[in-house]
Amino acid sequence: MVVNWARSGSPWLIHFNTGGCNGCDIEFVAAVTPVYDVERFGIKLQGSPRHADILAATGPVTSQIAQSLRRVYDQMPSPKFVVALGTCAVSGAPFRNCYSIQGGIDSVIPVDVYVPGCPPRPEAMIDGIAKLLQRIRGAKK
Amino acid sequence: MGYASTVKMPFGPQHPALKEPEHFLFELDGDTVVGVTPRIGYVHRGIEKALELSTYGHGLYLAERICGICTVAHTCCYTQAIEELMGIEVPPRAKYIRTIMSELERLHSHSLWVGLVAHEAGFDTLFMYAWRDREAILSLFQEITGGRVLHAINTLGGVRRDISPELADKIRCTMEYFEGRVKDYRRIIRTEPTFLKRTRDVGVLKPSDAAKLDAVGPTLRGSGIKEDVRRDDPYIAYDEMPFNVISSDGCDVFARTEVRVEEMMESIGIIRYALDRMPAGVFRVRAPRNAPAGECVSRVEAPRGEDMHFARSDGTAKPERYKVRAPTLANIPALCRMLVGIHVADIPIILAGIDPCFSCMDRMVVVRGGRASGTLQSKRDV
Ligand code: SF4
Repeated sequence: MVVNWARSGSPWLIHFNTGGCNGCDIEFVAAVTPVYDVERFGIKLQGSPRHADILAATGPVTSQIAQSLRRVYDQMPSPKFVVALGTCAVSGAPFRNCYSIQGGIDSVIPVDVYVPGCPPRPEAMIDGIAKLLQRIRGAKK
Repeated sequence: MGYASTVKMPFGPQHPALKEPEHFLFELDGDTVVGVTPRIGYVHRGIEKALELSTYGHGLYLAERICGICTVAHTCCYTQAIEELMGIEVPPRAKYIRTIMSELERLHSHSLWVGLVAHEAGFDTLFMYAWRDREAILSLFQEITGGRVLHAINTLGGVRRDISPELADKIRCTMEYFEGRVKDYRRIIRTEPTFLKRTRDVGVLKPSDAAKLDAVGPTLRGSGIKEDVRRDDPYIAYDEMPFNVISSDGCDVFARTEVRVEEMMESIGIIRYALDRMPAGVFRVRAPRNAPAGECVSRVEAPRGEDMHFARSDGTAKPERYKVRAPTLANIPALCRMLVGIHVADIPIILAGIDPCFSCMDRMVVVRGGRASGTLQSKRDV
């Protein structure tokens, strides 16, 4: 469908760190800078959740941030997609048993794509996002 | 004239100018900031408790994940503390390798920061260049340790991998390239009018304030105070390295940029010196499982300033108490001072100016009896 095609053509990304160690964040920013350059796929990093299609979340969800994560997700216009970047975001792994960790991103909001790795390489992140785009394109065909 | 009341403006936890979730409440009078209340703790994960629950060997991996940008600094500090408790001496070759890794990390962290500050100044070209050049260092990391961001190179009793002569040549080659790039940054930040206009006299921190508020790292040195743990309390192999402690008298964001760029030049010098004089021998000794009872404080100079770890052991395989004081926390009072009296448009660049790393910072702070100076907030429900 035209709408899906348009949607997957130039998705806007918003990045939200829910309490990770920054390792994933710098790899994510590396993915938008010249060496990996996701902008060539039309993917653009965005500042405001209200303009974003995809939420790229990194880090385990701390009990302090859970509410903000929810709010950011709620502010995004539908249809919206969530990519969980890093093992922390997938399951909270290294910090899993810490007292202030709720778990992975999916303990608060639904997640569409999981990219494991600590931190995942930028290529893996791009691959995860590309898979999501494929799915959007394939949806309702 | 003017209105009687001020306007309150929240900033964060999700904000384009912050890569990490943190919240600041600004009180504005027109376009001028008259008050600021930080609300920290969003990234509090409870690492200290986790460290106390895990064995010394396991704790290493948690210490590495205190912060993804200064992992080597944190593991250096951790291993140093635990090794002292256990009473083991690290072989000289391991010390040199740790030094090289620490300085490579400084290069990567400072170039990342130069990029971010340029981005906040609206100078995206430099941001892109700096992040492109940084990849050279990350590739080196990958070759030395296997990981681009988290390295797991330091281990109790030494390092996990050696630096072979071929690898040393490769590091030298990359340093050659990087030195050219740093010189370029230096020329750009000193001559580019947009950058100068955005950073000169912005975020002024007087030397007396910097000293009084206990700023650390480049924030302190940007106010003209030469303090550096590497020189004042040498650890690993720094007592053998020749280098200058860089400071600048500008007291503004520009001075902090200058300090960092010059520090990158020094780091390149240290890496070259260490590579040329690496002692031969083993790079790892066996560490015992348990540490005898005792206490220890260890300090390192992380890219952002002085990082301090405290460990107390009770003779078992796990620390009884572990405490981390990361540099950003020490810089927060100074940051609040800088933020008062500025224009709203300068907020992002001043925030970026101290190179905040909130994941390092959000430790639990318990304030007993009396006032928390209004800047520290403990975890809500402990
Ligand atoms: S997955 Fe690893 S690198 Fe990413 S935030 Fe978690 S600990 Fe850091």
